[in-house]
Amino acid sequence: MTLFPVSITVNENIYQREVEPRLLLSDFLRHELGLTGTHVGCEHGVCGACTILFDGEAARSCLMFAVQADGHSITTVEGLADPHSSSQLRANEETEGRLHPLQQAFWEAHGLQCGFCTPGILMTLVPFLRQNPNPTEDEIRHALSGNLCRCTGYQHIVDAVKIASEKMREFEIRNP
Amino acid sequence: MKPAPFDYRVPDSIEQALALMREHGDEAKILAGGQSLVPAMNFRIVQPSLLVDINRIPGLDHVREEGGALRLGAMTRERQLELDPQVAERAPLLAEAAPFIAHPQIRNRGTLGGSLVNADPAAELPVLMLALEARLKARNAAGERWVASEAFFAGMFTTALAPDEILVEIEIPFMPPRTGWSFVEVAPRAGDYALMGVAALVTLDGSGACRRAKLVYLNAGDGPVDAKEAARLLDGEKLTNGLIVAAAELAGEKEITPYGNVHTSPEFQRHLAKALTKKALNQAKQRAEVNLP
Repeated sequence: MTLFPVSITVNENIYQREVEPRLLLSDFLRHELGLTGTHVGCEHGVCGACTILFDGEAARSCLMFAVQADGHSITTVEGLADPHSSSQLRANEETEGRLHPLQQAFWEAHGLQCGFCTPGILMTLVPFLRQNPNPTEDEIRHALSGNLCRCTGYQHIVDAVKIASEKMREFEIRNP
Repeated sequence: MKPAPFDYRVPDSIEQALALMREHGDEAKILAGGQSLVPAMNFRIVQPSLLVDINRIPGLDHVREEGGALRLGAMTRERQLELDPQVAERAPLLAEAAPFIAHPQIRNRGTLGGSLVNADPAAELPVLMLALEARLKARNAAGERWVASEAFFAGMFTTALAPDEILVEIEIPFMPPRTGWSFVEVAPRAGDYALMGVAALVTLDGSGACRRAKLVYLNAGDGPVDAKEAARLLDGEKLTNGLIVAAAELAGEKEITPYGNVHTSPEFQRHLAKALTKKALNQAKQRAEVNLP
C-alpha cells in the first residue's frame, strides 16, 4: 500500500500527514486530525452532515479523498468561532472569542435538537450568506435542501438564518 | 462504507493522463468532480484498481468562444455553468438549467465532463447537450476525435468513449436568431433527482412559424430521450395551443419510455412529461417571439 504525503491547511493550521489514497477527506478530518465536528452521515453525498469549505466553497467531505486536498485550504465547523477562526472569518474585534454570528443565532433560535446535522448546515450557510446576505425565506429553505435534519422540521433553523442575516447586515459583519 | 483500495495517480498534463489510460484504461477510472464516482466507490459498486485524478491538469476548465460556438473544458465545474456570464449569454438554456443539478455543495465540485461520461439517464447535463446539439471532443494517446452528442450517449450509464479515451472539451453552437429555450423539471425536493424533466428549444422563422424545435427528456428511458416525432410535428407550423398539446401527447405517450421508481409510477412520469412539455414549449415560444421583427 503506497502512502501519499499531503500538506493540507485546515482552519489556518497546516497539517502534514501520509495517507492512503482511499482515505476520505471526512475521515481524514475526524480520525487523523481529531476534528470530529465534521459529522459523517450517509457517506454518499445526500445528507450534507460532512459539509466543509474547500477553498472557501461548500463541499461534501465524504465525496473527496484526502489526497485531493493536498495544497488546498479547508475550513471546518471548528474554524467558525473565534479565536480559532481564520482572519477572513473573524467578524471584528468585538466578537473575538465568541461564536460566529450564525452559531450564535442557532443557539438563540433553538436551531437544533440533537445537533448531528448542525455542523454541515452551518458550513452550507456561511458561503450562502456571503453570496446572498439578505435572503428570503424561500431562498433559505432552498439553500437548506442539501442538508437533512430529522429533528426540527427546519422552522427554527430558518429562524436562525434570518436572525443571523439581520445581525450580520446590521453590524456589517464580514463573512468569508 | 469505505472504498476498496486502489492505486492513485495525479498527472499534471493531459499527455500523462492519456498515457496512463493507454496502459490501464480497462481497469482505471478518471476522477473528475467525483460527485457520482465517489459515492459508487464508497458503496463498492465501483472498484477501480487505478484512479487517475485529472483535477491538477491545467487548462481543462476553460470557457471561451471559438468559431461560432462556446467551448467548455470538460473539467468546468457545474457551479461555473450556473454563474459564468459567457455561458449565460451564449448558452442561456445551460445557465438556466444548471441550478437544477443537485445542490450548490455538489455543483462546486461536480464537472460538466464528469456528468456526461457518467451518462445517468436522470441527469440534466446529457439532456442539455443533446438539446443544444453539442459536440464532444475525446482524446487518447494517439489523437483526438469529435463525437456528436447523439452518438455519444449509448445507453444507461454508457457512452461511446473507448477505455483509453478522455473527454476533454465540449463545443456548443450559438443559438440561431429567434430561438427560445426552456428547461423544466419536477423533483420531490429541490436538488433531488427529478421524476421527469424536459429541455425545449424553438426557432421561429420571420413569420413566427416554427422553423425547428427540439424536445429532450430526462429520466425517460435508457439515456437522454430526444422526442424527434413530436419536434417534427411542429416544423413549419404556427405554435398554436392545439399543436403544443398534440406534441406533448405524442412525446409523452409514444416517444419516452419511463421506468418509474420508488417515488413515481411510469404513468405519472408520462403525465408529468406532457404537462412539462406544454409549459416548456410555451415558454420557449414566448422567448423566441421576443426577437421577432
